[in-house]
Amino acid sequence: MTQRTKIDARGAFCPGPLMELIAALKLIEIGDEVEVWSSDKGSANEIPEWVAKVGHEMGGTEECDGYWSLVVKKAK
Amino acid sequence: MGKRILIVGGGLAGTIVANGLCRQLGEELRTGSVGITMLGTSDKHMYQPGLLYLPFGRFRESELFRDQRKVLDRRVPYFIDPAANIDVEKKEVTTDSGKTHSYDYLVIATGSQIKPQNVPGLAEGAHWFYDLEGARRMREGLEAFEGGKIVINVNAPHKCPVAPLEITFMLYDYLNSKGLMDKTEIMYTYPIGRLHALEPVAEWAKTEMDKYGFKYETFFNTKEVDPEKKTISSEEGVTLDYDFLVTIPPHSGADVITNSDLGAGGWVPTDRNKLLREGSTDVFVVGDTTNIPISKAGSTAHFEADTVVDNLSSLLTEGRWARNYDGKVFCFVETGMDTGTYVWFNYTTPPNPGPPSQMIHWFKLVYNRLYWLSARGLL
Repeated sequence: MTQRTKIDARGAFCPGPLMELIAALKLIEIGDEVEVWSSDKGSANEIPEWVAKVGHEMGGTEECDGYWSLVVKKAK
Repeated sequence: MGKRILIVGGGLAGTIVANGLCRQLGEELRTGSVGITMLGTSDKHMYQPGLLYLPFGRFRESELFRDQRKVLDRRVPYFIDPAANIDVEKKEVTTDSGKTHSYDYLVIATGSQIKPQNVPGLAEGAHWFYDLEGARRMREGLEAFEGGKIVINVNAPHKCPVAPLEITFMLYDYLNSKGLMDKTEIMYTYPIGRLHALEPVAEWAKTEMDKYGFKYETFFNTKEVDPEKKTISSEEGVTLDYDFLVTIPPHSGADVITNSDLGAGGWVPTDRNKLLREGSTDVFVVGDTTNIPISKAGSTAHFEADTVVDNLSSLLTEGRWARNYDGKVFCFVETGMDTGTYVWFNYTTPPNPGPPSQMIHWFKLVYNRLYWLSARGLL
């Protein structure tokens, strides 16, 4: 069963949602997921951009009330 | 029996908590209604930010250390006997020597550690300044360096978010002063799409790096290093040559945290406001070892520790919660050998660093000495 790690990075300026995602991906198995909540609009673009560049998979991006929820599946 | 507070970890966060509690609970300590005990790994307390200066010969090694027992309030029994297992159900901590300490309140302050071995070839091929031995090796390496390609490589997660930029600009000044910059190329790599996690700092850094002609590669997450070929490659498919590699290694939390099943990677799930371990009402977590998405920095440890001191004291003396942690972080940024700036923010206030100045650099130099007052809970 796919495990999902959740990171509430709303209001996180440093190191920020993408750095938190990168660190979290190192701790999970291939096929498992990380769900990141970010109040920074830039993350909604930067995270998918990095995921595509590095070779993981986007599980979805959802705009919620004041934040974005992004799911990334570890693919390698 | 009085209330027993056990602090695991003798670094900055643990030491400020211990000393701060002593200042607020003097009467309770005197009567025995409260007892505080600390477990640590060393008889020495190290001023970690001083390691930044060691590779350039700007700090004497002895200036980095003080006896932990002299920094710590004498009312706190201190055992150099690291925690081997933390059992939050039984409310007891077992140490390497086999002793068991029970507690009513636990403060986990076990910090973080570098793990260069987590990247193939990194430990063999790179220099770093994040521990004493690494800083010494880097000092020797720099003394022998006569020009070439320097790659400064940053890995996530790591403590002290500004140190990668600080070492870069200090390296530039150092090599310039030795007349080596015309024979040297500096390349900086960073894991995300800009030069620093904080946008204003990243913008400032880009301006400076462009001014000095540094090269940089963003979205660079290290896959492996080939120490023979002297190359470093990223998960994103980029390979760089180097003559001298400086890395900010990936970090993990302390082994006792993973061994005790308290958090993947050694990071303890922690309420970002209360600084209580998630699911606990009697376990506080402070400093690098929390999983809070915040800078792993000395100032974070300091402000978190102050919050825990207030709350623990209030709970023990008034039976009430004092205040939440507001996410405050304050970091000096050395922007070269003789200039500096600072950046501060909290959960609701974004960072807005000012222009570098000599005065702020001097204040950082002063703080290098004033740190010991912070550790003693006085500043």
